[in-house]
Amino acid sequence: MSNVAIRNLQIQLGGNKVIESLNLDVKAGEFVVLLGPSGCGKSTLLHSIAGLIDTSAGQIEIGGKDMTWADPKDRGIALVFQSYALYPTMNVEANMSFGLRINGTPKAEIARRVSRASDMLQLGPLLKRKPANLSGGQRQRVAIGRAIVREADVMLFDEPLSNLDAKLRTELRRELKQLHKQLGATMIYVTHDQVEAMTLAQRMAVMKGGVVQQFDTPDVIYNMPANLFVATFLGSPGMNLFKGEVEQQGSRAIFKNEHLSVDVSGYPFKAPLTGKHACVLGVRPEDIDVGHGDGVGQAVRASVSLIEAMGAHRVVWLDFHGTQVAGIVQDQQQIETEKEISFSIRGNRISLFDGASEQRL
Amino acid sequence: MMGQVVKLDKTADAARAAEQARLAAANDASIPTPRPRRNLAWTPARIGVYAFLIAAALFFLLPLYVMLVTSVKPMEEIRLGTLFALPRHFTLEPWAQAWSSACTGLECNGIKGGFWNSVAIVVPSTILSIAIGAVNGYALSFWRPRGAGLLFAVLMMGAFIPVQAMIYPLVRVLASVNLFSSLPGIILIHTIFGMPVMTLLFRNYYAALPLELFKAARIDGGGFWRIFLQLMLPMSTPVIVVAVIMQVTGIWNDFLLGLVFAGSEHLPMTVELNNIINTTTGERLYNVNMAATILTSIVPLALYFISGRWFVRGIASGAVKG
Repeated sequence: MSNVAIRNLQIQLGGNKVIESLNLDVKAGEFVVLLGPSGCGKSTLLHSIAGLIDTSAGQIEIGGKDMTWADPKDRGIALVFQSYALYPTMNVEANMSFGLRINGTPKAEIARRVSRASDMLQLGPLLKRKPANLSGGQRQRVAIGRAIVREADVMLFDEPLSNLDAKLRTELRRELKQLHKQLGATMIYVTHDQVEAMTLAQRMAVMKGGVVQQFDTPDVIYNMPANLFVATFLGSPGMNLFKGEVEQQGSRAIFKNEHLSVDVSGYPFKAPLTGKHACVLGVRPEDIDVGHGDGVGQAVRASVSLIEAMGAHRVVWLDFHGTQVAGIVQDQQQIETEKEISFSIRGNRISLFDGASEQRL
Repeated sequence: MMGQVVKLDKTADAARAAEQARLAAANDASIPTPRPRRNLAWTPARIGVYAFLIAAALFFLLPLYVMLVTSVKPMEEIRLGTLFALPRHFTLEPWAQAWSSACTGLECNGIKGGFWNSVAIVVPSTILSIAIGAVNGYALSFWRPRGAGLLFAVLMMGAFIPVQAMIYPLVRVLASVNLFSSLPGIILIHTIFGMPVMTLLFRNYYAALPLELFKAARIDGGGFWRIFLQLMLPMSTPVIVVAVIMQVTGIWNDFLLGLVFAGSEHLPMTVELNNIINTTTGERLYNVNMAATILTSIVPLALYFISGRWFVRGIASGAVKG
């Protein structure tokens, strides 16, 4: 088990600064997910940890040793690629043992490690097959097996599940989580799929434009996003946003715009407010209470524009003075489109962002 | 689906079965309906196409026919001037003569010496030029050393400068290192001249492979030669086949370089053929000349017949596409 520490990392690709002064500390044995839209530099970061991309400045430490300029094979890492990258001329067994054969591991040891990995991933019957004769899920299992066989301290995953269909993805996701428990290795996992990130990560780093926006547990990131980007990137449907002003009135804090007034006295402000402040109020769809608002102080009315049935719950889209507000309805109440309905905001899990800097207040 | 329908067509209740299959296909939109049978009627356009193809084939086959027919006729028949007539007295004597006793200048040992000279030139030149081209292409595609782009541009310039312009300087260079007029000299020349195109061919082939494969091998600890020999080379069979065809036919058919650089001891078959045809003692032995010509062209011809498909594929995939 090794920790990974990245200090002031800078990466240039073809003259463009993809990553500028990035810091990240991954603890030994931790499962960390790098999440972000495509082109945010998450794969670049992963490949630079693997030593496949040269850094232009900064430091990468693995297991307490400076590995910034070390050869990929000397870093004690294993990498699983999105495209599997299996050697097409070798069978499954040879694919997994290639690295071990190169560094001259004794045959008995190679056999032991390959059989252990193939047991873990149920690859036993496939050992003599060529990659061309495997299905997508089997190929990705072999690619993961190749990483396991290296018995590396740090395992890196570059969107390993995005080429698979939805059912296989959930299956392999669970296996990966299981694997992390079994191996105890440090794992860094890149994905643009928020469900994968939320379910796998112990901590996740949300990235945008080569900058880590927030690095925390999935729970904190979901409930207390650090800025507007993180807030809108996570969650489906996305967070509902209301522009307005927040004002301190004696002991109470009130969010206000022309149609809405919410008491935010209980909100944990980072810095105490003085006077009026332009801001954005963010509310998750599950914190929009649809239909039970009548009689509650803050309830407002809106017309239902669309209902999406999800099986376990319904997503109700409300037209609130021209903005679409999504609410999640768990109960069986009667809701019809084109009809007026009241909704209120559950005030305990809201987020407030500065109107200009878009940072959490 | 298609195959099934076609097969059923041949049985007695073909129509019914085909109709059922079509109905089944129509019910399930995901299965494509069988394509209607192609119209094989002799339209004027089709007749025109065939007429053109046959005429073109005849045009190109005619010289070969004349060569073959003439090479198995005795001289008496040739003197009659009936160029297209089939032989009345079939003989293989001209072939034997061409192979082992036709005269080139003062020596009368036939073309077999030239054949073995050509083999001695072609085999090492082909192996060397492909080996170097493969390593070059691999290094340029995956390792991308500093100045790789410039290197590649210079190499490509080598492919487009006419050979004739380089002959005299090369003669001087080879003479200064005592390789002029020798077997190693001509092999070196062919290897050098084959390098640009071979590099281009392999570079393009490797550039089409996913880079992640190389990265995975790097993480597995593979070095320059191990990745090349154990991973890339086993994947290169198709492009190697193409390269072999290109180099064998190219070097076998070479005349100029062989004439200039090989020296009299190692003249390739093409040069020997020219000598045989230009050597006359009284009467021109057309039948021997024809036999010698066919013998000379047999190697590339055989290669084309065995692997024409690969050859076309190679030209389409690598050599033309810059």
